[in-house]
Amino acid sequence: MSEHREYTCVVCPNGCALQVEVSEGEKPQFISATGNLCPRGLAWAKQEVENPLRTISTNVLVTGGSLPVVSVRTLDAIPLAQVKAVRESLKQIVLKAPLHIGQVIADCPAGVPCRVAVTRNVPAVG
Amino acid sequence: MLKERKCGVAVIGGGPAGLAAAISAHEVGCRDVVLIERDRLLGGILNQCIHDGFGLHRFGEAMTGPEYAQRDIDRFNELGIEAMTESMVMELKEDRTLLVSRRGEMIRLRADAVVLAMGCRERPRGALSIPGTRPSGIYTAGAAQNFVNLSNLMPGKKVCILGSGDIGLIMARRMTLEGAEVKAVFELLPYSSGLPRNIQQCLNDYGISLYLSTTVTGIVGEDRLEAVQVSKVDERRRPIPGTEQTFECDTLLLSVGLIPENELTRMAGIAIDPVTNGAVVDDDFMTSVPGIFSCGNVLHVHDLVDWVSLEAAEAGKRAAAWAKGDREGAAGIAVRHGNGVRYTMPARVSGGKDVSIAFRVGAPDRNRYLVVTADGREIVRQKRIRLHPAVMEHLTVKAADLKGCSALEVSVQ
Repeated sequence: MSEHREYTCVVCPNGCALQVEVSEGEKPQFISATGNLCPRGLAWAKQEVENPLRTISTNVLVTGGSLPVVSVRTLDAIPLAQVKAVRESLKQIVLKAPLHIGQVIADCPAGVPCRVAVTRNVPAVG
Repeated sequence: MLKERKCGVAVIGGGPAGLAAAISAHEVGCRDVVLIERDRLLGGILNQCIHDGFGLHRFGEAMTGPEYAQRDIDRFNELGIEAMTESMVMELKEDRTLLVSRRGEMIRLRADAVVLAMGCRERPRGALSIPGTRPSGIYTAGAAQNFVNLSNLMPGKKVCILGSGDIGLIMARRMTLEGAEVKAVFELLPYSSGLPRNIQQCLNDYGISLYLSTTVTGIVGEDRLEAVQVSKVDERRRPIPGTEQTFECDTLLLSVGLIPENELTRMAGIAIDPVTNGAVVDDDFMTSVPGIFSCGNVLHVHDLVDWVSLEAAEAGKRAAAWAKGDREGAAGIAVRHGNGVRYTMPARVSGGKDVSIAFRVGAPDRNRYLVVTADGREIVRQKRIRLHPAVMEHLTVKAADLKGCSALEVSVQ
């Protein structure tokens, strides 16, 4: 028995509408997909069914800088189910300015292996 | 004291469009480009757009807004281009004279060419005529984004969002990650006006409901917002009596469209397109006033910043050429929007070179052809699996196909 799902591919802004067949049961497995314009969509659909991954962007507190927070992003994709835990863990960090784009400020937040990097230059003030 | 100055190309606005225009004007040889920005920082709205997905087309990688902006700011600084920040253009005249207010002084700047790159502002509550009281807690989505991302301030805890444009969707996710409870997103139209990928990543991922053909019809609360009342709307977008529902919330974010900031454009007597609310331009991005060019979101609202930058770079190049005295003949070929197309940009083309026509379709559709005809003769035909008003479409027309023609028409078939 299979189940039909409709996904919007998030690999690129084309946002392909994917028609995906997955197996029924507690841990659904990917069977097939149509509607993808490129092979990346196919790989994404399989991943999306079996263990959806996301990157997140958020803020981390800063002291001594021109802004009270600095924006950061995960450089590696993390399981969707871990997004909130990672966010909560990053809330506990306080960074000291100056900060530069690309600077890695964490590599395993909430026990999830992923590098987190600064996405804005924050000069030190005072 | 009024200071008098001259420059080759004056660029108004230091967001992605202004930066790209100034850089390309400099790169093609104009050595006296002046960029005027009212904020303290360059980069415009990108500074507060900390989510990623920018730069896929231009740089081949997904970047966040501040990272994308920094690439252009670094290049801008490397070239030594002059930026007048904390400076506001108070007046623009048809003869390309700008009156600039800058930290307590006034400057009259006479430019050989002007690039308009002022971007947009958001439509506020006042533009929607929602009945009810006027409590605190009602923000435009971009204002809330600024508070959260740049000042670390949360607008509220229980949030409803009106409008499913991209900023609204992005903010639904952002507020959720920051610990707020996002109750629902309401959209007046029968489809979302945001990119499909944002529906998936911002709403579906977090189980946030999207109510289509639904709008806010009442505001409840005296000092602080307590609830919103929403109603289903019919096909003519009128609320249907009896469909009212109440959502308790302390915050309502509005993501209900952008208004190109064309006050200066109008002041200079430049013709405005009633559909885009931006200037009418030719394929050099020149407006109806010779020597004044327009690009980016002040010209027409874009879906992706990549297109803003590419368009603005072209406009900057043309402005620099104009400033140098390198002027082409008039753009005499009209570009019309036919079946299923809301507008085209440019509205006129010269016919002397290949031209990329940007446009938006009127309604979502599948498996259609985008067609360009020249005086009724088909010159471009491209298939699209999926058409959506949220996505800007581009078609390239070859100069060879424009010879001797008087009008082009773009349509969906």
